[in-house]
Amino acid sequence: MRTLVFAEHDNQHLKGETAKVVGAAQALNAPVDVLVAGYNLEAVVAEAKKLSYVERVLVADAAEYSAQLAENLALLVHSLSGEYSHVLAPATTTGKNFLPRVAALCDVPQLSDVIAIESSDTFVRPIYAGNAIATVQSSAIKHILTVRASAFDAIEHNGNADVVVIDSVFISENSSFISAELTESERPELTAASVVVSGGRGMQNGENFALLEGVADKLNGAIGASRAAVDAGFVPNDMQVGQTGKIIAPDLYIAVGISGAIQHLAGMKESKIIVAINKDEEAPIFQVADYGLVGDLFEILPELEKSL
Amino acid sequence: MKVLVPIKRVVDYNVKIKVNNEQTAVDLNNVKMSMNPFCEIAVEEAIRLKETGAVSEVVVVSIGSSEVVEQLRTALALGADRAIHINSFEQLDSLDVAKVLKYVVEKESPDVVILGKQAIDSDNNQTGQMLGALTGMSQATFASKVFFQDGGLHVTREVDGGLQTLALKLPAIVTTDLRLNEPRYATLPNIMKAKRKPLESLDIADVGVTPHSSLTVIKVSPPTQRKAGIKVDNVAELIDKLKNEAKVIA
Repeated sequence: MRTLVFAEHDNQHLKGETAKVVGAAQALNAPVDVLVAGYNLEAVVAEAKKLSYVERVLVADAAEYSAQLAENLALLVHSLSGEYSHVLAPATTTGKNFLPRVAALCDVPQLSDVIAIESSDTFVRPIYAGNAIATVQSSAIKHILTVRASAFDAIEHNGNADVVVIDSVFISENSSFISAELTESERPELTAASVVVSGGRGMQNGENFALLEGVADKLNGAIGASRAAVDAGFVPNDMQVGQTGKIIAPDLYIAVGISGAIQHLAGMKESKIIVAINKDEEAPIFQVADYGLVGDLFEILPELEKSL
Repeated sequence: MKVLVPIKRVVDYNVKIKVNNEQTAVDLNNVKMSMNPFCEIAVEEAIRLKETGAVSEVVVVSIGSSEVVEQLRTALALGADRAIHINSFEQLDSLDVAKVLKYVVEKESPDVVILGKQAIDSDNNQTGQMLGALTGMSQATFASKVFFQDGGLHVTREVDGGLQTLALKLPAIVTTDLRLNEPRYATLPNIMKAKRKPLESLDIADVGVTPHSSLTVIKVSPPTQRKAGIKVDNVAELIDKLKNEAKVIA
């Protein structure tokens, strides 16, 4: 049997999660196909073709798929699912949104947020906000998984997969797209950045996040925030790193004015190197930080920016 | 208009959970249990829709042993009108839960079903979407804003990178994200009143679902702990360590 990987993209570029989910799929020792579903997909398909290990890129290119509504994506993936023993999607808001519908249509359970694949039927996933790790065996006829991309290494980009056009179009009668307000940013995306600089309640207000931007600019990093900073209204929720926000694993994570609630740690503790800057030397963030610097962030951040 | 809100009894948000010694499950003995926080947000949203006058009845449903009646009573005290308890002693997976809820949807014909986006124990984030597939209903997950418009529902969703707004035809399914609302607390008079609100009990066998999960948890382990590193004295030392020891910056 084969493995189908659902590609994450924005109709213009393939997102980094896709290569990581293909990386995860390698552990299943089966041929991998990637499904690209969206609208005006030439550029995305060109990028997907290059993914190593991938045999075929299935392309469902239609206006009906441009907003990636769960209802029609689910029908599309269900219609293709017959020849696949495993269907994987990144555990992004897109994957989480439609894949359970596919599982229900196939009458099999789904495993969410898989962080390790032990064998073709045994998977590892966090439960209780990452405070426990469950190893789960499935006897289902088909395995449907959302994959936490940050837990896997990306596959290389030196392949040349065949392109297969999928003609059937599924239309969602019951839901329609009205509008999107996407945060415009010159910075790398939080989930893809190799450096992330995050601020917490210690930043005191939203304007002070400019101090983080100075440091992030020097490191080509993304900006994140703790839930406390989001709840206090400093920054929007799509910047939140934590169990209820984005779960990331950059090479370097710099936590500034963040105490280190479990909720936050769940979102960043797999980072390769963690730096904590906090004036409270008892803050729990120092218990997970590789390098801790105790002091006033309003003095440290400008100095850091200047020294980088 | 009628709103159905499925709710789940879970370990209280504030409890620090432990894996049992056998490493087979999380130890739930003598642990405080509560309504799942995302379900609280779902109940609150349903009550707010009723308060606008657009909704006439809010029905809550929960699946589990007789203990879940406690959470159903809480929802009634918050303002739900009626409760349904589906008695089951089995551990159900999300697909089985969705199948039970499909039965309730067919029986109650709600215009809107509002669920929490996920339960904080199993962290699955599946039930609402699966119910959507089984019933053919439209869905909007991760809702941060919900209102009736043009005979349907407009829902703003929190997605990676920003917000997306969808129009749904009724009946529709909504799953709640954190920022949809801040749930109220039940007042004592309302807690007393809730004891007299109708609560119907059914057995899971009566709804035609035989739980048969094909998932077996073979091990539950505590997460690997990160070790604390070192404290540096100043910015210069930090940069030196990042460059020459950790080698994460050039």
